[in-house]
Amino acid sequence: MTMLSSFVTKTLGAAAVAFAAMSGSASAWEPTKPIDFVIMAGAGGGADQIARFIQSVAEKKGLTSRPLVPNNKGGGSGAEALIHLKGASDPDHTILVTLNSYFTTPLRQKGLGIDVKTFTPVAMMGVDPFVLWVHKDSGITTFEDWVEKVKADNGEYVMGGTGSGQEDSLVITFMEQNFGLDIKYIPYKGGGAVAKDLAGQQIMASVNNPAEAKGFYEAGDVVPLIAFSDERLAAYPDVRTVKEIGKDFSYYNQRAVVGAPGQSAEAAEYYQKLFETIYNTEEWQEYMTSESLSPLWMAPEDQTAYWQLQIDNHVELLAKMEE
Amino acid sequence: MEILGLLSDGLLLALQPINVGMILIGVTIGLFIGAMPGLGSVNGVAILLPITFLVPPESAIIFLAAIYYGAMYGGAISSITLGIPGASTAVATTFDGRPLALQGRASLALVTAALASFVGGTISVILFTLFAPLLASVALSFGPPEIFALMLLAFATFVGLGGDDIPKTVLSICLGLVLASVGFDEISGEPRLVFFDISGFLHGINFLVLAIGVYGIGEMMWTIDTTRGKITTTESRMTLRGAIADAGEFLRRAWRGTAIGSSLGFFVGILPAAGATPGSLMSYGVAKMLARDGNEYGKGHPDGVAAPEAANNSASTGSMLPMLTLGIPGSPTTAILLGGMVIWGLTPGPRLFTDQPEFVWGLIGSFYISNFFALVINLSFIPLFIWMLRMPFTILAPMIFVLSIVGGSAATKDMHDVWLIVIFGLAAFFLRKFDYPLAPAVLAIVLGPIAEPTLRQSLLLSSGDPMIFLNRPIAGPITVIAIILIFMPLLKMVRNRMRQQSEKTA
Repeated sequence: MTMLSSFVTKTLGAAAVAFAAMSGSASAWEPTKPIDFVIMAGAGGGADQIARFIQSVAEKKGLTSRPLVPNNKGGGSGAEALIHLKGASDPDHTILVTLNSYFTTPLRQKGLGIDVKTFTPVAMMGVDPFVLWVHKDSGITTFEDWVEKVKADNGEYVMGGTGSGQEDSLVITFMEQNFGLDIKYIPYKGGGAVAKDLAGQQIMASVNNPAEAKGFYEAGDVVPLIAFSDERLAAYPDVRTVKEIGKDFSYYNQRAVVGAPGQSAEAAEYYQKLFETIYNTEEWQEYMTSESLSPLWMAPEDQTAYWQLQIDNHVELLAKMEE
Repeated sequence: MEILGLLSDGLLLALQPINVGMILIGVTIGLFIGAMPGLGSVNGVAILLPITFLVPPESAIIFLAAIYYGAMYGGAISSITLGIPGASTAVATTFDGRPLALQGRASLALVTAALASFVGGTISVILFTLFAPLLASVALSFGPPEIFALMLLAFATFVGLGGDDIPKTVLSICLGLVLASVGFDEISGEPRLVFFDISGFLHGINFLVLAIGVYGIGEMMWTIDTTRGKITTTESRMTLRGAIADAGEFLRRAWRGTAIGSSLGFFVGILPAAGATPGSLMSYGVAKMLARDGNEYGKGHPDGVAAPEAANNSASTGSMLPMLTLGIPGSPTTAILLGGMVIWGLTPGPRLFTDQPEFVWGLIGSFYISNFFALVINLSFIPLFIWMLRMPFTILAPMIFVLSIVGGSAATKDMHDVWLIVIFGLAAFFLRKFDYPLAPAVLAIVLGPIAEPTLRQSLLLSSGDPMIFLNRPIAGPITVIAIILIFMPLLKMVRNRMRQQSEKTA
């Protein structure tokens, strides 16, 4: 028995060496089993759509030797996904598609004991800007008119957004504090529901991502008033940015991929290369254009610095919200 | 008739050989995915989405829609033969389907399910074809107060579901509502009821986990306990004559449930918050409420199989409507389909009908054809399912147990949920011994997550004034009907007491 197993080991070892020599990349790490592709949101949301798009590109082009298996863990505003990654039994085969709850959830739920800086940077696939939308029947066409209307409504102006203490409510709080507004905020489960209720005039305005409001915009139901991006969006060239009206503010939802804490350097390098390849595909570039994502490619070390910056920003934003 | 022209183009597209092939494969895959407990159309569509790159977008969506359809038919199979809901959309089918199977009438239940599904699917496609744009605006006019009013109505119909013991029914509903609120509070953005800080509770208690626990494990233990394993489902072999007789009985005894399920299911399906699961449960409740022999429900009434089955097919077509006309998913499965459309380079939303008529009408055309093939394929497999039932219960019981466990872990890929299934199964067994109805708890865990946020959103909108449910044109009438229904059993109780007392004094 021992003889047999040692024989097997030797043969396999020899075969492995021979194979490595042939491929000429003895050190390159490859996944040895399906990759747990965790998504920080439920099925069907914006983050989920992006994750499934990425998966489909990888599949279509045969970029991975083992499949990416989407795994929705949206519970607790992403807390479930973060806990799953923190306790991953095989960090080399566990990666996560994130949005900004990557920053806000650990800050708001301190009991989780999650420090995102322990996670492994992989790729920043792009950032999703926010835009202020109103229904066309409101007759409002400029941001100034809108501010006037909200002030006139004296606390009865209704806006909807995704969740509480998350992206949408942070942007709305920013407007309240910087333009002296009092807005009634209704939390929803997802951006799709918000966009639908704006089109049905259940709410008066929203700060949907362009991808979420696009269909209704093209049908002429909703009107964009202002963009929370650094520069004007290519798809909405006439829409001013908040910076143009004199407030130094921009806000994006990050569409980034990260690895589990404790991921080996070799595995991290593999994923960094993989997602760089996906990022550069024609498909992803077209997707970014059609969904109005802004490119924000950065090297892994820059990503870690970016996280710190975002954490600081969000500490400040959340603190302002408490006021 | 412009619509007829567009529809015939669509039918022609759907009848192209590649698309018919897609429909046949899709429906068959869907049938088996639906029949596997725990796996439903969501899983099937999500798993097979990436392989649809090999074909044009029209064929891809036809394939995925066929899986969706097939799964709606298939869900009934394990609900009836094994008593475990094959998919969340088929839970209500167990209420009467399982008793029928135990009485040796599984073929009647299966034929009823197949025919009701076909009728539901066909009626809904016709409604879809004729009124799609109009109905889209109806969906838009349903804001949080309207949806809450509708949920209230659903609860009201179910107060009557638990039989005569109203306090036990209410307790069962409350139990379901508590379980539904476990996890994360969307409105405040805080976790809640995360027992012992177990992270598995953060995603809440999946409705299938409760349903499989109650109907899989609990039901199996109940059967073993009451029959000591000597259960005999004396089903003779399935014959053509038997099937025709069953079809005749379907026409006589299940038309009412089919009609209710087809119309109500479609309507609930087009509302973006709801989908096929609430649709089928509500249809069951309404059919029971409107039936003259309502007390026969739950004991093996064909109407009780027909209503939810017609409804889940009807609702699945219905939930395509907000997806195609508004770009908003009406159910978890259509959410995945929507993602697929983005991948294929289409923009879902109000302009899809005008920008991509071929795609939209090809899909609508495929609904008609998928329905037909699903019926034929489903009917031809019935003898196989009946044969499974003839196995001794000592073989079936372990099979049910294994399927329940596998189904539980398949739904969320989390061992935590498997333990919950076992715990719920045990709890259900004992509650049943004390005569607690459990269907209301299952209903509550489905509707709770829709009712609670819409209630709170409405009250935020009105600054806490509950009149918002009464003074809006759509929400008002629904709320009034719901309140009347809720108090009806109470009134009946009071009246009966008074009558009894007057009899005594007389």
